[in-house]
Amino acid sequence: MDTIHLPQTKVEELHTICAEHNNDAGELINILHAAQGLFGYLPREVQEIIAADLRLPVSRVYGVVTFYSFFTMTPKGKYPISVCLGTACYVRGAEKVMDEFQRQLEIKVGETTSDGLFSLDCLRCVGACGLAPVVTIAGKVYGRMTPEKVRDVLSEYYMLGE
Amino acid sequence: MAQYTNYILVCGGTGCRASQSEKIIGNLKAAVEKNGLQKNVQVIRTGCFGFCEKGPVVKMIPDNTFYVQVQPGDADELVKEHLVKGRKVERLLYVNPETNEQILDSKHIDFYKKQLRVALRNCGFINPENIDEYIARDGYVALGKAITEMTPEEVIKEIMDSGLRGRGGGGFPTGLKWQITRKVQASQKYVVCNADEGDPGAFMDRSILEGDPHSIVEAMAINGYCTGANKGLVYIRAEYPLAVERLMIAIKQAKEYGLLGDNIFGSGFSFDIEIRYGAGAFVCGEETALIHSMEGLRGEATVKPPFPSEQGYKGYPTNVNNVETYANIPVILLKGAKWFSSIGTEKSKGTKVFALAGKVNNVGLIEVPMGTTLREVIFGIGGGIKDGKKFKAVQTGGPSGGCLTEKHLDLPIDYDNLLAAGSMMGSGGMIVMDENDCMVAMAKFYLDFTVEESCGKCAPCRIGNKRLHEILQKITSGNGTEDDLDRLRNLAMVIKDTALCGLGQTSPNPVLSTMDNFYDEYLAHVHDHRCPSHQCRELTQYYINPEKCKGCTLCARVCPVHAITGDRKVPHVIDLQVCIRCGTCMDKCKFDAVYVH
Repeated sequence: MDTIHLPQTKVEELHTICAEHNNDAGELINILHAAQGLFGYLPREVQEIIAADLRLPVSRVYGVVTFYSFFTMTPKGKYPISVCLGTACYVRGAEKVMDEFQRQLEIKVGETTSDGLFSLDCLRCVGACGLAPVVTIAGKVYGRMTPEKVRDVLSEYYMLGE
Repeated sequence: MAQYTNYILVCGGTGCRASQSEKIIGNLKAAVEKNGLQKNVQVIRTGCFGFCEKGPVVKMIPDNTFYVQVQPGDADELVKEHLVKGRKVERLLYVNPETNEQILDSKHIDFYKKQLRVALRNCGFINPENIDEYIARDGYVALGKAITEMTPEEVIKEIMDSGLRGRGGGGFPTGLKWQITRKVQASQKYVVCNADEGDPGAFMDRSILEGDPHSIVEAMAINGYCTGANKGLVYIRAEYPLAVERLMIAIKQAKEYGLLGDNIFGSGFSFDIEIRYGAGAFVCGEETALIHSMEGLRGEATVKPPFPSEQGYKGYPTNVNNVETYANIPVILLKGAKWFSSIGTEKSKGTKVFALAGKVNNVGLIEVPMGTTLREVIFGIGGGIKDGKKFKAVQTGGPSGGCLTEKHLDLPIDYDNLLAAGSMMGSGGMIVMDENDCMVAMAKFYLDFTVEESCGKCAPCRIGNKRLHEILQKITSGNGTEDDLDRLRNLAMVIKDTALCGLGQTSPNPVLSTMDNFYDEYLAHVHDHRCPSHQCRELTQYYINPEKCKGCTLCARVCPVHAITGDRKVPHVIDLQVCIRCGTCMDKCKFDAVYVH
């Protein structure tokens, strides 16, 4: 596996996060939340540092990271796209919206475009079922989506540019 | 303190916020100041009103005028017309779709008229970020009464007499759970609030936390007093940032007021609450999995007994209740067990909150007495099926439940009736499906979810559900045989009997209930290689009827893959090689010229 060199200041910050949680193994999930907030994702190096600080085997940390869908080991795009595939959105055609995003961006669910601009994920229910089907892009919510709206929505972000 | 005469309540729930309700609040505040009304009029951001379909919602107090689908640009007019000139802004009033009448007061809207709000009593009425507003509506009175006037046994007896059952899905008697936790001897005990709402399409717990977080804080403290715990933990989804924020504010305010912390009401009872984040795992709604997750482990379920009430978080007795269950506690203590048990059916007391969604006119959050029929909920409150289509089925209980059909519409909703009908109460998701939904594809959708969310610990769930999904995939792509249907049913029964936890034991329910109620649809897929609802793409092809097509070019313009060609005023043609079968052309055609074969 490639080794990426994490910036030293961020590594220091990660040690601080662990220390703030008393290097307690019981706080692992809270620490991972904070670490993902810091790095945007949880690469192998980050997991190794946390494991060392908490005196845990790396396998335990890795097991937790891969168990929960909120944690990711791949960096997200600049504008992360999440298509809601909750039941309410599904019966109102979310699957077709998802297919259209995959087609337009030429990536699959869980991947990031090669220019690093977009990543595509599904999520289960944001609770705005009145607006189904719902898509969120970088935190902004788009309601009542249709496959034909996908191009327009994406072009908003292409215009914002890199 | 300012003396306000008028209040403008604006919904700050997730649905309305997604439709710019924050901007509406900002614009309303600016308009109030511009008109010099800031001394008399207060703009308040409340929790969810429930009527999400018509959001963003704005309500004027004291005259209760209910404005729907308000845009940020409407703020000026609302203030100028309604507050300054005293005239209603008619174009923003709710219109009864049946009579075309404008309705001023939300009390007279069908959607609200048929509801009884107990757990949601404060949602949409108070500013959830202000403890004084909660106290003004009898907040923390129940806690005071419990601690200063009642013994823990008396409180538990009251909860038992009320007949309250767990609202997370299982329906275990709440009072009994508290008593079991109380009786276990231990140096430390914990009270946990399960706010890991994972059912896709259910959002009642989040709405309660966003709209009335203090009721949860109060109920957890009461629970701590009864069970002998002095530490509360809320396990909440990290995907609910607004609920987390409001809960944190509530906990901080309660501490400042001495309603949490040491020596509450000078009684010697101390109680504190901390927040633990979930990280997106459906199985963590199961008690034992939730506790493992709080301990920093993978959220895998373990065999019960020991029950968490005996041996839970870090090995100590832990009382786990769901958000909606807690929301009922303060009211029961204030109004009494007798009042509460007078609502509902023989074995299911009180009310239940449902997240009504899918193909129904009024999507939203509703609360009705137990025993209300599905027909009243879907057609009375929900306003019937969208676009005048025909009702087909309703799924209750999320991925663990089953679908109910036309013949169940007059069934009074309660724990036992739903179970007997092959579904379950679950947390209260209610997804309505119309004639265009394929039930085989629905079963596959739920299995998709279960396969992804299975924790992998036991083989029936990890491997069995995967195989179920594969068989369904085979059927929906037109390659299934009648043997597959038998295999499907047998395997579903085996998983139901042998899986370790609630997730696995209930995961075949969508398959079994759709097979029971819609076997003809399964047969159409395997015999005729046909999807009667035209949902399964591998079995569907779109064509244009040249006799009906007027050559308006609309379909060609909306087709995302440019599969449709044809000149203006000449019938168009779909290139079946290019077509991705999205159905957009069929939805858009004004002449009914697109058909499926």
